[in-house]
Amino acid sequence: MSTKSILPELVRRFEAEILNDWMREQRAAITLRADLLTDAELARQSAEFFAAFQAGLQGQDLGEITGPAWGTARDLLKEIARLRSRQGFSLSETATFVFSLKQPLFALCQRELEREAVLLVGELWTISVIIDKLGLFTAESALAAREEIIGRQQAELLELSTPVVKLWDKVLALPLIGTLDSNRTQVVMESLLQAIVDTGSSVAIIDITGVPTVDTLVAQHLMKTVSAARLMGADCIISGIRPAIAQSMVHLGVSFTEIVTKATLADALRHAFARTGVSVSRQAAG
Amino acid sequence: MGRFLLVTIQVDMHDQLALALQEDLTSRIVKDGARGVLIDISSLEIVDSFIGRMLGTIASMSRMLDAETVLVGMQPAVAITMVELGLALPGVRTALDVDKGMEMLRSRIGPDGEMTGHDPDP
Repeated sequence: MSTKSILPELVRRFEAEILNDWMREQRAAITLRADLLTDAELARQSAEFFAAFQAGLQGQDLGEITGPAWGTARDLLKEIARLRSRQGFSLSETATFVFSLKQPLFALCQRELEREAVLLVGELWTISVIIDKLGLFTAESALAAREEIIGRQQAELLELSTPVVKLWDKVLALPLIGTLDSNRTQVVMESLLQAIVDTGSSVAIIDITGVPTVDTLVAQHLMKTVSAARLMGADCIISGIRPAIAQSMVHLGVSFTEIVTKATLADALRHAFARTGVSVSRQAAG
Repeated sequence: MGRFLLVTIQVDMHDQLALALQEDLTSRIVKDGARGVLIDISSLEIVDSFIGRMLGTIASMSRMLDAETVLVGMQPAVAITMVELGLALPGVRTALDVDKGMEMLRSRIGPDGEMTGHDPDP
């Protein structure tokens, strides 16, 4: 921009009017989520951002939003993006918060500069550049916030889905739900081995009823787990092999060498009792 | 009449110590006529491919000298490392602790076993 922009001056002179128009614009937009955000909260966020916007306009290079003058605005947008992501706003809805500021600014410039076409075009371009960059920054912040939530949920899921239960004296059960990737295998191995130490178990039943597919990779992970348990003196039984799984495994050429496999957890338990010298007898009930 | 040997590995093993252990153990097995060997690694906190291989080698040597060998007390972290290193030691008997290991040896050899201590020199 070769000539100095009169935008900062213009915005300062008509700040109340711009803010009002912007609020009206936002309230009328279809992206307004009155169910997620109260009007008071919207007014507060808008006023705060508008003040930061004006502060940004005081900087040396207007279009450079990475500069220090735009610092407050950036921090504010990051915070709003994070909040709105958590509240359930879509990326577009969040970014529209910023983009909707264009309309009142454009209208104002048109009115004040209608006789100076060249100046008008210059100012409209400046506004466009600034708002677009701020809008994109907001969208990126919202995306980053989303990814952070997903990452956290994944970690929680990993923790929740690998319980080790004591079925009987010296017998542990490990019901696996979901696919077994290398991350989960690590968690499974650690939980199982620690449980073996804590309970002094000599048999561990790994039930894979809840594992959707067993390909060569999953089989490898299972065998690693079995080997690790064996090194600590516990034998593993794999149970819950569904007919479809058995078929696909044979077709793939996967075989659990030297590992006892059973179709059901009940069969595995029976086998475990035999291994640990437990006998069960049926008596008349009641 | 059989005898049991108990080997407790308590210090970090380096090459020479490991070789010395192999020598000592094999000659003791023959000299004492030991029928069972219990290798206690409950103090081993870190293991590398060298130690892992050495454990397997010792177990194989004892087996070759007709002594039942049981590896006991492996810590969870060590077990995971061994498996990741591809040293699952197939064919080596294992037990959770010394008690269970002794039970296993007795059931395989017979109740008349005398304990003889054998610690590697640091």
